[in-house]
Amino acid sequence: MALLLEQCLNGVQLGVMLFLLAAGLTLVFGIMGVINLAHGSLYMIGAFAAAWVAARTGSSILALLAGLAAAAAAGMAMEYVVLRRLYARGHLDQVLATFGLILFFNQGMTLLFGRQPLFVDIPPWLGGAVEIIPGVPYPAYRLAIIAMGGLVAFGLWFLIQRTRTGMLVRAGATHRDMVRALGVDIRLLYTLVFGLGALLAGLAGVMAGPIFSVQVGMGEQILIQTFVVIVIGGIGSVRGAMAGALVVGLTDTLARAYLPAALRGVMQGPDADALAAGLASMGVYFLMAVVLLARPRGLFPAHA
Amino acid sequence: MRDRILLLLLLLAAIALPWLAEAAGSPATTGLATRMAIYAIAAASLNLVLGYGGLVSFGHAAYFGLGGYAVGILYAHWRSGEAFLGLIPGSISLPVTLGAAMLAGGVSAAILGALSLRTRGVQFIMITLAFAQMLFFLFVSLKAYGGDEGLSIRRRGEFPGLDLRDAAQLYWLCLGILVLWLGLLRRVAHSRFGQVLAGARQSERRMAALGVAVYPYRLVAFILSGMGAALAGALMVNALRFVSPDMMHWSKSGELMIMVILGGLGTALGPVLGAVALVGLEYGLSGLTEHWQFILGPILLLVVMFARGGLMSLVRRLLPA
Repeated sequence: MALLLEQCLNGVQLGVMLFLLAAGLTLVFGIMGVINLAHGSLYMIGAFAAAWVAARTGSSILALLAGLAAAAAAGMAMEYVVLRRLYARGHLDQVLATFGLILFFNQGMTLLFGRQPLFVDIPPWLGGAVEIIPGVPYPAYRLAIIAMGGLVAFGLWFLIQRTRTGMLVRAGATHRDMVRALGVDIRLLYTLVFGLGALLAGLAGVMAGPIFSVQVGMGEQILIQTFVVIVIGGIGSVRGAMAGALVVGLTDTLARAYLPAALRGVMQGPDADALAAGLASMGVYFLMAVVLLARPRGLFPAHA
Repeated sequence: MRDRILLLLLLLAAIALPWLAEAAGSPATTGLATRMAIYAIAAASLNLVLGYGGLVSFGHAAYFGLGGYAVGILYAHWRSGEAFLGLIPGSISLPVTLGAAMLAGGVSAAILGALSLRTRGVQFIMITLAFAQMLFFLFVSLKAYGGDEGLSIRRRGEFPGLDLRDAAQLYWLCLGILVLWLGLLRRVAHSRFGQVLAGARQSERRMAALGVAVYPYRLVAFILSGMGAALAGALMVNALRFVSPDMMHWSKSGELMIMVILGGLGTALGPVLGAVALVGLEYGLSGLTEHWQFILGPILLLVVMFARGGLMSLVRRLLPA
């Protein structure tokens, strides 16, 4: 029971990371119609900047700020130099151009930091464990991630549903040309939304540092899972991103936790572990196939 | 007429390449040209769905890799003498392994395509990518066939009348298969089937109004394209004598797409030009620096942003029809 609770929390924590990426990606797609493969690169840039600053200064606050600033700056630059020219193009061109960006960023990070993964310490004030129910300690850092995810989700909900900017964002997602015709500076809105998405990706990268190792290629690994989240949740919908992220996070974590034991019952140890790891990795894609069979537009289609 | 003569001359030059390479003192060129021909098969197959069908499949590396694994797995069972799943005996006969690869590619493309084609646009891109990733993880976890380290294949397949240990003969075989495959794809593209496929790309609604359900056409195109990619993968494993999940990596799908775009979307020879250009570019840049992707990335970006129509439109500008 304690193990199940712990694994569920781990799943929610992975879900939060996925949500931070998926929210940005889905907003960018919903508003601008751009599919941005290099979104994972922003996550990587945030993680590297934070790891580098943390190693230099030892301050986790400075590291957080550096990670956010680096990701947002890289995101704005990306939008200004490349993506702005691709809004009117087809998805194919967008995929290829941002694929080129991934090669560039990955190799650039290799040039700057080398191929060795960087390791980041958990900030000391989040180092301990908290007893969630008596007798079940859980790392405070992971709880902080979950709390941060809740905070961001609430903030996004407030921003999108309760503010004037959010109203424009919603309007832009459903009737892009009409918003433009009403005299709204759509370019500024685009840059703002893109910057927000980059910021969230950077935040996910900074928080991922102490849990996963910071290395080149970390962005694509999580990006593809983020795609699964978005497809399950419904493209363009933040609510869908939240639901999809939690479903994917829980499925992935629980499959990884319980499949090896289940398979060991029928086959030998090492083979069972390897196969279980593979099946667990496949689990979320299988889930996506099932969801798409039932609802081809995802759970919460934005433009229904 | 002039175009035909040019094509014939190009083909003759391609056939003569191993002798020219020998004479120029760089026999490694034959191996490079073999890789180009093999990638051209894969890119031309992808072009059927991407160029003619307008379906952006970001998962064709899966079929490429499946074809490769068909060869690798049959070889492993031929070596051990045990039948695959207790039913299928191993083999190193090339006609058998290529057939098995195309079967594997076709069947999996039928299953994954039937699911993926229920979606449109960006969802289609993402779902094809995700399915390819699923197969990638499956093969990473199959320890019996090398897991993430892959399988070495000590012997190339046997083809009646050819000695494939000779680099030139392997190259001619790949070139021959490429020419046959291009001929087949050309016939498909110009048939009624190809017209419906192109019509569906331009306007699905119009096709529906004409009383044509496009789904089965798209699915058949997807299957054919998966078979071609698997054929290329099987040849590649014979050429490199090695198969690993890297063949299914998502970046391989991206490379195949780039070959099609670089050469010219929806043209018969564009994918061939694109494959030659990209493999050549990678080879040239990796000779210059270890960080060649740092240069390749921006080149791709420039091609996508400024060079519409790819190399084929450049050729057309030089040689107006």
